[in-house]
Amino acid sequence: MSSTPHGEPITGAEIFVRSLQAQGVKHLFGYPGGAVLHIYDALYKQDQIEHILVRHEQAAVHAAEGYAKSTDMPGVVLVTSGPGATNAVTGIADAYMDSVPLVVFTGQVPLPLIGNDAFQEVDTIGITRPCVKHNFLVKDVRDLAATIKKAFYIATSGRPGPVVVDIPKDVTAHRCVFEYPETVEVRSYNPNVKGHPGQIKRAVDLILSAKRPMIYTGGGIILDHAAAELTEFARLLGYPVTNTLMGLGGFPASDKLSVGMLGMHGTYEANMGMHHSDVLIAIGARFDDRVTGNIEKFCPHAKIVHVDIDPASISKNVKVDIPIVGGVKSVLTDLIEVLKATSERPDADALAAWWEQIDEWRSADCLRFDRAAEVIKPQFVVETLWKLTGGDAFVTSDVGQHQMWAAQYYPFDKPNRWINSGGLGTMGFGLPSAMGVQFAHPDATVCTITGEGSIQMNIQELSTCLQYHLPLKILNLNNGYLGMVRQWQEFFYQGRYAMSYMESLPDFVKLAEAYGHVGMQIEKPGDVEGAIREALAMKDRLVFMNFLTDPTENVYPMIPAGAGQNEMILI
Amino acid sequence: MRHIISILMENESGALSRVSGLFSARGYNIEALTVAPTEDPSVSRMTLVTNGTEQIIEQITKQLNKLIDVIKLLDLTQDSHIEREHMLIKVRATGSAREEVKRMADIFRGTVVDVTDASYIIELTGAPDKLDAFIDTLGPKLVLETVRSGPLAIARGGRRLAI
Repeated sequence: MSSTPHGEPITGAEIFVRSLQAQGVKHLFGYPGGAVLHIYDALYKQDQIEHILVRHEQAAVHAAEGYAKSTDMPGVVLVTSGPGATNAVTGIADAYMDSVPLVVFTGQVPLPLIGNDAFQEVDTIGITRPCVKHNFLVKDVRDLAATIKKAFYIATSGRPGPVVVDIPKDVTAHRCVFEYPETVEVRSYNPNVKGHPGQIKRAVDLILSAKRPMIYTGGGIILDHAAAELTEFARLLGYPVTNTLMGLGGFPASDKLSVGMLGMHGTYEANMGMHHSDVLIAIGARFDDRVTGNIEKFCPHAKIVHVDIDPASISKNVKVDIPIVGGVKSVLTDLIEVLKATSERPDADALAAWWEQIDEWRSADCLRFDRAAEVIKPQFVVETLWKLTGGDAFVTSDVGQHQMWAAQYYPFDKPNRWINSGGLGTMGFGLPSAMGVQFAHPDATVCTITGEGSIQMNIQELSTCLQYHLPLKILNLNNGYLGMVRQWQEFFYQGRYAMSYMESLPDFVKLAEAYGHVGMQIEKPGDVEGAIREALAMKDRLVFMNFLTDPTENVYPMIPAGAGQNEMILI
Repeated sequence: MRHIISILMENESGALSRVSGLFSARGYNIEALTVAPTEDPSVSRMTLVTNGTEQIIEQITKQLNKLIDVIKLLDLTQDSHIEREHMLIKVRATGSAREEVKRMADIFRGTVVDVTDASYIIELTGAPDKLDAFIDTLGPKLVLETVRSGPLAIARGGRRLAI
């Protein structure tokens, strides 16, 4: 397949490089080691692909995720065998949960040593199997180019996801003639993009019959670049739209049809709207437990339409009435076409009454917080960042309270601007993913909203940021506690704060300076705006802002575990 | 309810562990599993017996279809099908039992394929409950060892699982 009688035989390492070039790869995030040295040598001899040297393999994968999530390109990673591969596993699992298109290349010990417990040997295929879309072990240099082509195809088509390609060292030394296949066909894999026309017609009939409709959309809108189609669809109907954590930016938050995020820390109006809806239109979302709350109490009155590229996501957690398997962009385009062709319109009176009800829920003002406090409120920091960046920055986050505040107080009008770890909930995601975003968008403002717990899980990447002059703006909402753990301990463990308080935190300002960056300490609410303004003005420097925030602040509103969407705790 | 799912998959190393890994990771039950290459050596056919509610079986078939190595599958239980299992059973054959065991084997249409002065090996094919019945009839005193293939199944009539 990859060998022809023409051309000189070249090494597997050179085939690797030329395949990536043929694939249009511009950035490769990685870390060298014994098993991949032939590949690194081949990379050294070319300048088409920029290799970014991280400080830990987990960060390479998160950087590639940030790169992929903020663009329409897959992220590409290269790590060595053994610990290189195992360090990458958390990132791979993260990408799997959030359907991020990645191709991760891992070195492997030479073929004759596989199975011998060789130095830096690990069963990478076995370890990654449950958390990849697919993986390959390349046993013959003649299969290398075709396998790389397949890996990119599988990672980026259908429901995207990470694909691991494990390459033994001797395969990178063996030679064969290089030919990169122009097309790829996998007989056992044919994702269905086009929705069934009959189902689409049935869906439109149900959608138009709604008295209390709700459009619920997720990360699929972002992944399939369908924000424009979703916006047209929703405006055509005048129906309320709520986004999941992964779907924020898929519909403009400033649009009057937006009721904000739903789920455990979603808005009151979104969750009440879901609970009382009679027709639920779910698009590119997967009815995750953090969205549904208690599944027995979920949307008791609603008929459900569910559009998803992955048939296994349909009727997995919640039985749906009209399933449509297909790409959300394609199906939305078809839905719009059918809607425009019919003379039927939504029930205007019912819709007006529904909006009146939603506005009443909105008036609960569930995201209010104490603006007169003498300590810095974390919500205020996020809101100020939103104001000063015109709501148009790329924002990555780690995992915990700060992540929820970022999602709540930085309303996104555009897709691919909000980059976070939703499914796996990986602390340590924020900083490295921001690096990936900055590589993809060198001139953009890229901010990381983090906490003192999460940032320490990949803080070594401050060194990478210096090496590549990445002018990230890091907002550390430092309350001294693992905040979300503390909040649950306050609510559900009678205030027994087991291991959620971190003593002996580093001096983050000095730490940032030690890494060659600018550090700032902000202790008073009155200094917040000035500090962020100053940081944003430093276009060519990474600025680490350490905000000392209210240690007792909780994320509201909240659906406690086991409760229904109509059983929120408001502030 | 018991379901027999037949799967055509790429005959690649690791393909079997993708299936078994899927079942253990998602907490599904595997009662029996057989796998061998088909007339096309690049394709293996797996016969998998599982049980679960309708919703679980739906998820199982969807998740199996999602595996890249799975080419096609068929839930045979949905329609009429032929099911056969193969068994080799080593039986104590001494004294008066020697004749009795032989007679039982004949009744169940088994074949004696190995004889020693103390034991027989009997080969038996049939639906799994027929094999169960044979084991029960002989009883624990006579049965020394059993090995069963797990069920094989194929749809009756025009329904085919083929590429």
